[in-house]
Amino acid sequence: MTLRKDLAIIADWITPQSRILDLGCGEGELLAYLRAEKGVQGYGVEIEEARVVAAIRRGIPVIQQDLDQGLRNFADHSVDTVVLSLTLQASTYPRELLLEMLRVGREVIVTFPNMGHWHARWQLGVRGRMPMTDVLPHTWYDTPNIHLCTIRDFESLCHDNGIAIHQRVVLNERRRETWRNRLLPNLFGEVALYRCALMAR
Amino acid sequence: MRHYKNRFAQAVATLSCGQRLARLDSFSFPYKTKCAMPAEIPADSVGLVTPQTVTFSAPLELECGRALPGYTLSYETYGTLNAQRNNAILLCHALSGDHHAAGYHSMDDRKPGWWEHLLGPGKAMDTERFFFVCANFIGSCKGSTGPASINPETGTPWGLDFPMVTVRDWVKTQAELAEHLGIAQWAAVVGGSLGGMQVMQWTMDYPERLRHAVVIAAASKLTAQNIAFNEVCRQAIMTDPDFHGGRYYAHDTKPRRGLSLARMIGHITYLSDNAMRTKFGRDTRGGKAFSFGFDVDFEVESYLRYQGSSFVEHFDANSYLYITKALDYFDPANAFGGNLAEAFASTQAAFLVISFSSDWRFSPERSREIVQALYTCNRDVSYAEIEAEHGHDSFLMPIPQYVAVLRAYLGRVAEEVGA
Repeated sequence: MTLRKDLAIIADWITPQSRILDLGCGEGELLAYLRAEKGVQGYGVEIEEARVVAAIRRGIPVIQQDLDQGLRNFADHSVDTVVLSLTLQASTYPRELLLEMLRVGREVIVTFPNMGHWHARWQLGVRGRMPMTDVLPHTWYDTPNIHLCTIRDFESLCHDNGIAIHQRVVLNERRRETWRNRLLPNLFGEVALYRCALMAR
Repeated sequence: MRHYKNRFAQAVATLSCGQRLARLDSFSFPYKTKCAMPAEIPADSVGLVTPQTVTFSAPLELECGRALPGYTLSYETYGTLNAQRNNAILLCHALSGDHHAAGYHSMDDRKPGWWEHLLGPGKAMDTERFFFVCANFIGSCKGSTGPASINPETGTPWGLDFPMVTVRDWVKTQAELAEHLGIAQWAAVVGGSLGGMQVMQWTMDYPERLRHAVVIAAASKLTAQNIAFNEVCRQAIMTDPDFHGGRYYAHDTKPRRGLSLARMIGHITYLSDNAMRTKFGRDTRGGKAFSFGFDVDFEVESYLRYQGSSFVEHFDANSYLYITKALDYFDPANAFGGNLAEAFASTQAAFLVISFSSDWRFSPERSREIVQALYTCNRDVSYAEIEAEHGHDSFLMPIPQYVAVLRAYLGRVAEEVGA
């Protein structure tokens, strides 16, 4: 079983035999891999009907639920890790969702498309058009992605809300980590991956 | 993911009003279409089926402390039990249901079994892969022992001397049926409404005897409002002058008005406001002007009266009393100080929980409570909340997303057991 590069990095960060929640799990690719390869006990959360069916077909426990309604049904610290993969930008209340994730899990893994990427800047800054990329393929008037941010924006959100960043990986448009990404992540990173937890008080 | 609700609204809007009515008509309100048995049985039906009975002569200790001196179960099976005997699925029926889940009893049958839309060759519950068993529960009146059966001690019908039976007792009798059929472990136990309660009880009482539990449009306990509806139904029956303290059999009569009223009340609660509005609106019978009297003016009155009076012909009023009580009493968390997660702690099955958006008698909120409890005690659980406009009755209907979820889940179960 091979995973997309960004999912493979997430999978690497997950502790074997741990309990996880994958928010916006899609068809359950990540969970299927983690259950098979790392003995992880996990649940997916998904709202889209066809994806719920596909995840069930895969044998993944999936709970049909709207993330915009919060995570009230999941108790405090009831899982080790909460994953939110390429979904933060589509949520109505990203900050509240992030804080809810940190309530439910000990650690959270968040990935999102970086709007600071040079290609997005080029499209908006030079061409004067709203950016459309491989990760953000929608037109401005028909996009589920309503809360786009840059790497700097996200890190400032973490800073302001007492969220500690434990690890960061930035991938370019070919889903690779290069020296340019490390040097200027907000310019050369197309997808950003974070491991975070609440700062110790 | 964000467009989900919009897309649903669009899908509904693109159906013309006529199409929507036709869809409702086709499976929701058979009284108008008077569907006669087709000349040929459809290829995706299990076809002609013959009910079977089995009698257990040993006394059955009941939860209420009393015992039944033996009992009979009426049941049907569909599909073939494989050599490993591991492809069996138990179906649990609801209040007014019975063992006749699919197919026809004769070529003169007007209607097929209650889960015909979902159960048959190639359907979501596929009789080509699984062996299905459905038994009428005791206390009912469709061939299994109930208050209308003869009490061996008196030689007359039990009436209200019949002991109170509970969901737990039903599950016990189904376990005895499983032994009788040589089924050590069900691939799944599936049920809707009161049937879903039996499924949950199965996972708690016989954790190692089922692999999967499919709980549809159910609740872990009735709300006060729900018990209230049941009580009104019971009062309607018990205050009918023809009730005779439950001994109406001896008077060669039955509490028709009471039972009919109970069914009418039930029917209102099984449908959604929208479904009734769509179907009946304020249409008058035959488009006639108001009568300015108390006979039927509106279509909805006519429909309810028809439902009530036809129900009386095939259902025993005492059974209605006993079954609604079993519903009211069901509350497995009660023994654990109200903690449902603790009640599920002993279970081993994987769960699929399904609810319907417009179901207000067993609302999605009740299903979410079940899911939350299962999550808390680390069970594998999937949950689907189906957008549907037919209220509680949705669980009987071939709603595409509902069918897709069931098919996906049971497809997985089939692979797991090699069926």
